[in-house]
Amino acid sequence: MINFTYTIKDKLGIHARPAGILSKLAKEFESEIYIEKGDKKALATRVIAIMGMGILHGDTITVTVSGSDEEEASIAIKKYLSENL
Amino acid sequence: MLRFKGKGVYGAIAIGRASLLVKKSDEPSKRVNIESVEGELLRVTNARKKAHSQLDEIYKKAILEVGETGAQIFEIHKMMLDDEDYLESVESIIKNQGVNAEYAVSVASKTFSSMFENMEDAYMQARAADIKDISSRLISCLSENEFTEVSLKESSIICASDLAPSETVALDKSLICGIATVYGSVNSHTSILARNMNIPAIIGLGEEFLNAVHNGDTVAINGYTGEIFINPDKETVTSFERLIKDDKEKKLLLETLRGKENITLDGRKVNLYANIGGVENLGAVLINDADGIGLFRSEFIYLESDSYPTEQKQVEIYKSVLEAMGGKKVIIRTLDIGADKQVDYFSLEAEENPALGYRAIRICLDRTDIFKTQLRALFRASIYGNLSIMFPMVTSVWEVEGILEICEEIKKELDREEIKYAKKIEMGIMIETPAAAIISDSLAPLVDFFSIGTNDLIQYTLACDRQNPRLDKYANPHHEAVLRLIKYTVDSAHKYGKWVGICGELASDLSLTEEFLKMGIDELSVSPSFVLPLRKKIRETDLTK
Repeated sequence: MINFTYTIKDKLGIHARPAGILSKLAKEFESEIYIEKGDKKALATRVIAIMGMGILHGDTITVTVSGSDEEEASIAIKKYLSENL
Repeated sequence: MLRFKGKGVYGAIAIGRASLLVKKSDEPSKRVNIESVEGELLRVTNARKKAHSQLDEIYKKAILEVGETGAQIFEIHKMMLDDEDYLESVESIIKNQGVNAEYAVSVASKTFSSMFENMEDAYMQARAADIKDISSRLISCLSENEFTEVSLKESSIICASDLAPSETVALDKSLICGIATVYGSVNSHTSILARNMNIPAIIGLGEEFLNAVHNGDTVAINGYTGEIFINPDKETVTSFERLIKDDKEKKLLLETLRGKENITLDGRKVNLYANIGGVENLGAVLINDADGIGLFRSEFIYLESDSYPTEQKQVEIYKSVLEAMGGKKVIIRTLDIGADKQVDYFSLEAEENPALGYRAIRICLDRTDIFKTQLRALFRASIYGNLSIMFPMVTSVWEVEGILEICEEIKKELDREEIKYAKKIEMGIMIETPAAAIISDSLAPLVDFFSIGTNDLIQYTLACDRQNPRLDKYANPHHEAVLRLIKYTVDSAHKYGKWVGICGELASDLSLTEEFLKMGIDELSVSPSFVLPLRKKIRETDLTK
């Protein structure tokens, strides 16, 4: 299992488009990828739930990846977050 | 002739025939008990396939019409249709209650859309419309009805209770000349798409609007003011025709200047911002391609209210402006009222000479409770964009010191309450009194920028009441005294490495542009409609000549 945190720098937070791209990305891997903010937690593949978390500018999220391709998956998610959000 | 007023979300003007759009899916789906759960689940699977291929078509169409970015929402719609939580919810209603798919989808739609409606963020609230949109599509695919078929025959103004983004794209664009809806929000995709399609759009017209308008009525729509006329009289039509012509000319100018830099022939760059007095002017700022907002007059919040506007209400307003500007600079001027701009609940005493009276920062420094509420709201909203704060009617150093002290107090308060605010908020003052201009060298070290308010600076320097037409020949805005004060202010700011702008009417006086640029002015802030003419002037100026 791999764990990391990320603080959102994008002004709009994780709005519809990035939530969609994130879930698309998460579906490419076999690993289960969870996103957590405070007491809210959702699978990264579930676009409505991710949008529903209301992740805004300045929020810190925790990403948990576990599965056979967790290494590659966490690198990919990290890369997407740091380049886009 | 009937007149309605809503919120204009895209500034353009048109006259056309009304075409009413009534959705079949507005009617709630009936609950029917079913015999085969398996059969019902299969119907959902098939309907989803159909919805997917419809969305693929719409996506392709949208790319051509509104570009990749605008079209992406339909990719997201597809993902929502595949969302496991949404599907599980639909399926479990079918399985557990033994009911028809249409009903299950309508229940799931309500659950998920209300989740978004209850979120704090206005942008996220607007996503409820996306859930409703995909659900209506799914239901129409289930019932094998075509999804809101509207065939337009002539140039039409679409009148509807609300428009789903997919409906906006599905319509034959060459025949739409406007959109008017009863509901909707500024953040909805419909507004965004309408903006991209370049057609006037008004939202929030109220229920009565749809009752009053009939298919085929002549409708005149003004997206700048949010006004719409049903069966306008001859005079209104004539004035609209003139507005349409002016608008076309302005947009032609815009086409050639949009996205261009504000740079002189010899390479001097200057920031060109817009002045606004309310949220409804934001559309004009964006359309006219201003680099930011150089003066946001916050008084309207107080003038439109019956009692002191709360901190929360102010946060919402500032946030919406900052977000709409998407990271561009927004300079908000704190409350500037006095006996001439009466607000009842302030109970200000009448004055012989309100221009020289108890006004603006003088009220704020005296009634610090009001001032602090506004400052707290500004600091709290600062995380949503690029905010600068500006203080009006300064005459002395001690005032600025007092203001900054209060700001520090507010920051400490917010820190204690663990409320976030932007680390860097530029603090500036208006230079609109001769006193401030003359001691600008003492004021410059205290602040991040100056903005010269020429309207008051002229009236105070030349001892001429702005409202008195008999003084026109004395109230010469080009008076040497005024220009020297401006020059001195620019030099003082630059001596301390601070930037300086002009936000008064003089900024849009094209006969002075060259002189201001030679003085070294860093920013000019004008009414939105002056931005492009001024950009044109700047681009034609050569300071070496």
